[in-house]
Amino acid sequence: MRHLTEIRWHGRGGQGAKTAALLLADVAFQAGKQVQGFPEYGPERMGAPITAYDRISDREIRVHSNIYKPDFVAVVDDTLLHTVDVTAGLKEDGAILINTVRPAEEIMPLLKGYPGRVYLLDARKVCMATLGKYFPNTPMLAAIVKISEVMDIDVFLREMETSLQHKFARKPEVLDGNLKALRLALEEVTECQ
Amino acid sequence: MSTKTRMSGNEAVAHAIKQINPDVMPAFPITPSTEIPQFVATMIANGEIDTEFIPVESEHSAMSAAMGASAAGARAITATSSCGMALMWEVLYVAASSRLPIVMALVNRGLTGPLNINAEHSDSMGARDSGWIQIYAENNQEVYDNFLQAHRIAEHKDVHLPVMICQDGFITSHAVQNITLWDDGPIKRFVGEYEPEHYLLKEDESLAVGPYAVSPYCMEAKKAQAEAMKRARKVILDVAKEFEELTGQHYGFFEEYQLEDAEYAVVAIGSVCGTAKDAVDAMRAKGVKAGLLKIRVFRPFPGEEIGEALKHCKAIAIMDRSESYSSQGGPLGAEVTAALYRAKATAETVNIMYGLSGRDVKVEDMEQVYESLRKLAAGEEHFAEYPYLGLRDGTENVLSRQ
Amino acid sequence: MSVKAENINESTKWQDLTEGLKIHEPATSKLFLTGEWRTETPVWIREKCRQCLLCVPYCPDSCIAVKDDRRQDFDYDHCKGCGICAKVCPFGAIEMEQPKE
Repeated sequence: MRHLTEIRWHGRGGQGAKTAALLLADVAFQAGKQVQGFPEYGPERMGAPITAYDRISDREIRVHSNIYKPDFVAVVDDTLLHTVDVTAGLKEDGAILINTVRPAEEIMPLLKGYPGRVYLLDARKVCMATLGKYFPNTPMLAAIVKISEVMDIDVFLREMETSLQHKFARKPEVLDGNLKALRLALEEVTECQ
Repeated sequence: MSTKTRMSGNEAVAHAIKQINPDVMPAFPITPSTEIPQFVATMIANGEIDTEFIPVESEHSAMSAAMGASAAGARAITATSSCGMALMWEVLYVAASSRLPIVMALVNRGLTGPLNINAEHSDSMGARDSGWIQIYAENNQEVYDNFLQAHRIAEHKDVHLPVMICQDGFITSHAVQNITLWDDGPIKRFVGEYEPEHYLLKEDESLAVGPYAVSPYCMEAKKAQAEAMKRARKVILDVAKEFEELTGQHYGFFEEYQLEDAEYAVVAIGSVCGTAKDAVDAMRAKGVKAGLLKIRVFRPFPGEEIGEALKHCKAIAIMDRSESYSSQGGPLGAEVTAALYRAKATAETVNIMYGLSGRDVKVEDMEQVYESLRKLAAGEEHFAEYPYLGLRDGTENVLSRQ
Repeated sequence: MSVKAENINESTKWQDLTEGLKIHEPATSKLFLTGEWRTETPVWIREKCRQCLLCVPYCPDSCIAVKDDRRQDFDYDHCKGCGICAKVCPFGAIEMEQPKE
């Protein structure tokens, strides 16, 4: 088990990669971890590539730099694979998670020979089956927790339920859909062989 | 008497404001400090605090309104960044010379240009001679704790000066991290009610604030203001001690990390100090006696104490996140070097420009700084000019050579 | 603040001035005899004056006192001799006297 897990998120402005990073920090905090979640700010606009980061540790986090050698990378939008070097610095014993509807044969050539584990998740399918709307954050969050093992899955689901109950106190039907999305994402995420 | 939670630096300042419940907050939004007045306005709308929020039309007006409110007898605060503070410039000096205990949350961002919104200290460093007390933070916890202490310092009868509570834009203002929040009751008792002796709206008070001062009086007034800044030294330490008794958090003029026996020291301000601490540990693991002096209070400048704390070192890197275009280095470099001279230190020094306009600093960069200090002390390194950290200069050096 | 404006002058030490040079009493301008600046002096010709009181609000230095609805003579301790009163008087009841050699 690592003392420090570093995760880098790639998304496009408006897709919620920053929110996903902050949600992960939040749930990791709930699970008793030291956390740091932050976006990298530039002239981002809707659709522009953005990066966000998570550090999750059992020890105090003091460093304030961006993450250059992440243990894990999460790509919220697969069109970024053509323009952004998403595997830059990614540790070989780590993994990359990509939200895509495309098969592994189409994705793998875009990863510049990254030798580590590659996971794919069709977050849109998960969202449509459970929420009826496309919010890729929720399934991506579940998948990255499973892959990175930054916390126990049962603890993750329990803490997410608590925080979603609070967030959707007046919309119990949304709560149910979100919990289903988390569980379905845990089943749907698959490792490319 | 505390709650462990997680929040960003801006949220931490807003939480401090909620606990203090100041009388008046005039503010104008500017990135990266915008969230602070947003959070405060939300708290007011939710009835959590009864602060009078004034949505002013500019930062010049924000500071002017804060001055008016403070002179009238209110506890007044504001928040800004970068060009926002630049637009307050004139009034910053008037607030200080009128001896008004205003507290400002400054989220450090570079002054334009080139146009940029990221972390740099050029805004507050430019205002270092405006007569404001300046206190800096490494992370969300520190900016929260500093803000809670600010009013006690500003409003103390021996001080009566405005206080700027600074944190690094985005790097801490927008980063969510673990934080310990202190309970409302003890904090409210610690901060206390603001009870000024003289103020414009006091019944039967006849008072004029900010009169024209002809030369035969103005210099004497400036001397009195300078003395108040000197007296602030003791008040800052007394307030910190009382805060420590309440919370267990220790604060002083600066923090020494592995400095006692250090041969190679870095002097810096703000979030880079956390990164430097990791570098110190990495260098110590390699047998290099590295240390850090993190400046918390820059105004008043604790020159004697800094000189004492550093004078045993062999080589010292003074890190500036603000280019002064003096051709000699940055403001911290100038002041720390002067302090070392007065302390009769014999250390080699190098003033390093880093992190301008949000340029990221890695642990490995700071390790390179320590490695350069080792070479500097051994006579294997020489800097003809003050170097930039991480500059593209056509060489592979982390510290620029040309 | 115990220090009174009348006790402050150009010999006062910095320690004895008020904090921020704040003024802690009203009407300290009375202590400052700006009448000394005057070169031309307004003279009130009572027999021409109809007591319309137009000169009173025009005076920028409040140097024309009114008592029982009637103007009094000029406050020469503070009148700077600007001549506005003479200009606005509809009855020629104020004349500006040139400085004497």
